[in-house]
Amino acid sequence: MTTKPQARTKPPAAATGTVALLIGTHKGAFVLKTDKSRRAWKVSGPMFFGHMVHHLILDPRDRRTLLLTARTGHLGPSVFRSTDFGKSWKEAAKPPAFPKAPEGAKGRVVDHVFWLTPGHASEPEVWYAGTSPQGLFRSEDGGDTWAPVSGFSEHPLYSQWTGGEQDGTPDGPKLHSILVDPRDARHLYIGMSSGGVFESLDEGADWRPLNAGCRADFRPDPYPEYGHDPHCVRLHPLAPDVLYQQNHCGIYRMQRPAGKWVRIGTSMPKKVGDIGFPMVLHPRDPDTVWVFPMDGSTVWPRTSPEGKPAAYITRNAGKSWQRLDAGLPRSQGWFTVKRQAMTADAHEPVGLYFGTTCGEVWASTNEGRSWRRIAQHLPHVYAVEAAELGR
Amino acid sequence: MKVLIPTPLRSYCGERAEVEAAGATLAEVLEDLDRRYPGIRFRMIDEQDAIRRHIRIYVNRNEVRALGVPLANSDEVFIFQALSGG
Repeated sequence: MTTKPQARTKPPAAATGTVALLIGTHKGAFVLKTDKSRRAWKVSGPMFFGHMVHHLILDPRDRRTLLLTARTGHLGPSVFRSTDFGKSWKEAAKPPAFPKAPEGAKGRVVDHVFWLTPGHASEPEVWYAGTSPQGLFRSEDGGDTWAPVSGFSEHPLYSQWTGGEQDGTPDGPKLHSILVDPRDARHLYIGMSSGGVFESLDEGADWRPLNAGCRADFRPDPYPEYGHDPHCVRLHPLAPDVLYQQNHCGIYRMQRPAGKWVRIGTSMPKKVGDIGFPMVLHPRDPDTVWVFPMDGSTVWPRTSPEGKPAAYITRNAGKSWQRLDAGLPRSQGWFTVKRQAMTADAHEPVGLYFGTTCGEVWASTNEGRSWRRIAQHLPHVYAVEAAELGR
Repeated sequence: MKVLIPTPLRSYCGERAEVEAAGATLAEVLEDLDRRYPGIRFRMIDEQDAIRRHIRIYVNRNEVRALGVPLANSDEVFIFQALSGG
């Protein structure tokens, strides 16, 4: 490990402009817009009606370009790009696709493009995409043409790291949580369900597992080198040596350069547990994190424990957690919130947003102290991303 | 030859239900179709040259499963969206 620890960067000023929520759903994409007050929200869409939109991202480097992943029940996966905030779209000339296999060999096929990550600030045309099954792709022309990151997809241990189809999530194994170290464009992390967390120090030419200390209680060896199920991995831009992970087996934190995960979910209430999918970081405080627990008991219902939805916050890097449920249903609220479906804006106080698989979007403009529903009757929500429009 | 396009793919060819493409095999016809309407092929044929799971292709009244099937200029290619659930 060559990345040196670094003092935390001074936090940027809080955002004060308008906010848009970019919503990816099972049947298209929607945008929820508000003004600076964040009180009233207006929904527009659907865009790509009938398409499964797993991710929709505004490029933070120009705050103008949108990238969207889409497939339909019939049609193969693709990526679309808009430079006018969704008024018009252009399909990638070469969408993410695995290499053609030699004659007689079984080749991999991208089922859907699951995750998008803008590249480093110094590489304004670079994007990364994660797919199902696990593939890592890179574009160097703003998302128009994509190529596999061959150091990963052709790694001699790829098959061992990623496992088989039975090792994936119910709708297929996935590569997600593509993280770029803001200090170094060559330093990358990925998460795979299944596979675990992996790190590259050379822009993807080589990779190594980064799972020490993390449980995988669905395997004979509960602490294997790889084969874990990270649901969501986050790196704090102000303290890039701090990683957080909401895993299938709990909530974890890693302080680099040490390469060991420490379970910080053990201080969650026992009857709630520390299972969930999303994980959201405070934009200006690396010790503040939100999670949205799901029921991971018995047959893994993956709904809010006891039908009582709540977010939980820690303000001390996981030493203690507080429940945040004001405004949410007090009972019979069987929310499922997927790994990309919770996000934060950059205002003060921070706005939090999450979408549910039953098509609701909830917002808090006071860091989770109270919630209100700002959209309902949407399709099954896959992803919610907050975009600062800056005006 | 005549190629019939199902509704999910018509955005690629100006919303037309029927277009022309040329080739001596289904693979060549689909390549020609993609030259005329960029991107259309990958939405129905995957990177291993297999017809996607919920797409069906017929030549005249016969379903074809492989792209190497020879075609004549008088043949008609029908592309259908199969059932794909909710």
